[in-house]
Amino acid sequence: MPTRAIPYLKAVLHLLCLLPLLYLVQQYRNGALANLADPTNYLTHFTGDWALWLLLADLAVTPIRRLNPALAWLIRLRRMVGLWAFLYATLHLLIYVLLFSGYDLPAAWAGLQAGHMGEPWNQLRLIWPRMLDDVEKRPFIQVGLFAWVILLSLAVTSPQRVLRVMGGKNWQRLHRTIYLAGIAAVVHYWWLVKAGVRTPWKVTAVLAILLLARIACSAMKWSLKPRRAAPLTT
Amino acid sequence: MLLRAEKPIPSSEITPKEVYESFKMTRRRVLSGLGAVGAAAAIAGFPRFAHAETPFKFTTSSYTVSDRATTPEAKAKSYNNFYEFGEQKDDPARNAHKLKTSPWSVQIEGLVKTPQTLDLDKIMAFRPIEQRVYRFRCVEAWSMVIPWDGYPLAELIKFVNPLPSAKFVQFISLADRKTEDLPSGINWPYSEGLRMDEAMNPLTLLTFGSYGQTLANQQGAPVRVIVPWKYGFKSAKSIVKIRFVDKMPHTTWNDLNSDEYGFYSNVNPTVDHPRWSQAHERLLNTSGNSLFVKSVPTLPFNGYANEVASMYTGMDLKHFY
Repeated sequence: MPTRAIPYLKAVLHLLCLLPLLYLVQQYRNGALANLADPTNYLTHFTGDWALWLLLADLAVTPIRRLNPALAWLIRLRRMVGLWAFLYATLHLLIYVLLFSGYDLPAAWAGLQAGHMGEPWNQLRLIWPRMLDDVEKRPFIQVGLFAWVILLSLAVTSPQRVLRVMGGKNWQRLHRTIYLAGIAAVVHYWWLVKAGVRTPWKVTAVLAILLLARIACSAMKWSLKPRRAAPLTT
Repeated sequence: MLLRAEKPIPSSEITPKEVYESFKMTRRRVLSGLGAVGAAAAIAGFPRFAHAETPFKFTTSSYTVSDRATTPEAKAKSYNNFYEFGEQKDDPARNAHKLKTSPWSVQIEGLVKTPQTLDLDKIMAFRPIEQRVYRFRCVEAWSMVIPWDGYPLAELIKFVNPLPSAKFVQFISLADRKTEDLPSGINWPYSEGLRMDEAMNPLTLLTFGSYGQTLANQQGAPVRVIVPWKYGFKSAKSIVKIRFVDKMPHTTWNDLNSDEYGFYSNVNPTVDHPRWSQAHERLLNTSGNSLFVKSVPTLPFNGYANEVASMYTGMDLKHFY
């Protein structure tokens, strides 16, 4: 893949990652969303699914790249896929806060229109105890929030400038927590579904393969490494 | 090393104008394509509701909710938990057309004077059909307001004459590999049950229709019960056996996870599901182009405390959830 082609490829990939969102806009505009019995539930699952799929795509970059040196350029797309995963995860969280939690969106909106700029905040304070209760008591919310906090810290530290400030080693150490985020996201899914429901098994299988590939890679690298133990101890 | 610092790419180099223009065109085409898919899905999905339902005569009932808007029919018939036909809530509407609802009979068995098999037509014609608009509360913290058509289960129970030793009523749903998916992980057939006094309560409706028509397959056609003060999964669908027993029968969701789904499963805002609060519910009754689903407080016994609370006096409902 010639370096010159990468920017074009990135542009295409951006558009592809945008498509699910455009699809939602389209469904909103043609009334399909309003025709659903439970649009809140649909939006939650839609954004959660895409966050998870993009996160898995992000985790797949390294194992695929290792298959063939000719695929090394894939690494240059990884950051943007991760950022898109973060965007969908954030939408997922926002839908929980603004639609699922009981937040009175129409009241907040009416307040804004009447010039009460503090109304959205007032509405948030009204349902704050309910959300805190969820965070305190519900393991699936805790583990989901944990995954989002990881993605947030990775997104915040993603610019080149931050990388330079942090130093490559530290940065890489932090960014390896993406695996934890992937595991937490899949656990979040399992803890959410009812007993007997096996919908999350596909993403679980994909995650397991990616993690195993990563472990196999590391093991191989480790065994090929020249032993330096002796000089270090002298 | 992959963490090489890259030179920032000037924005002018990222996308030449003609490329961007062609993207815009592609996007437009893709979007209109998506629109067509949506329309096709709508056309393919909705007429299915109509294929088997036939209107019938009914009288109105005083057991009718009037303080909440009724859920639009298309929504009530496209968002169903009916695991026999798949685990997603849109699966039953897609798959239940395979269900064969005629001929249909219900076996009355167990502790009754005369065990017998009753033809559906006979059961339906046994008492006049009345329509009741009930609150319907799912254990997943959403609710609807649905007109159900049927008559009190008590009428049928009195007719079949259970023995005094019968303390519980068990409902067995159809489990038919030829027409249903019956996903693994659940021990089919679906089994539900009520205490005898619960089954005899005037609110417990033997239900044949909704919205003035015979039940849509995905709603549990051709005959089910509706127990409006309990979470939805207690209201067994597509019933093929009604069994009178002396001990508490096993029930499907209780078997799967007894911490989350008790035998009683009365709607109770003070007893949380282990994984979510039951204090509020998303009321799915919006119509028109409104997207916003309101969250409303859940009422004790789903608002039917006056009619049913006396059956549970002295019981610790936190223990017997």
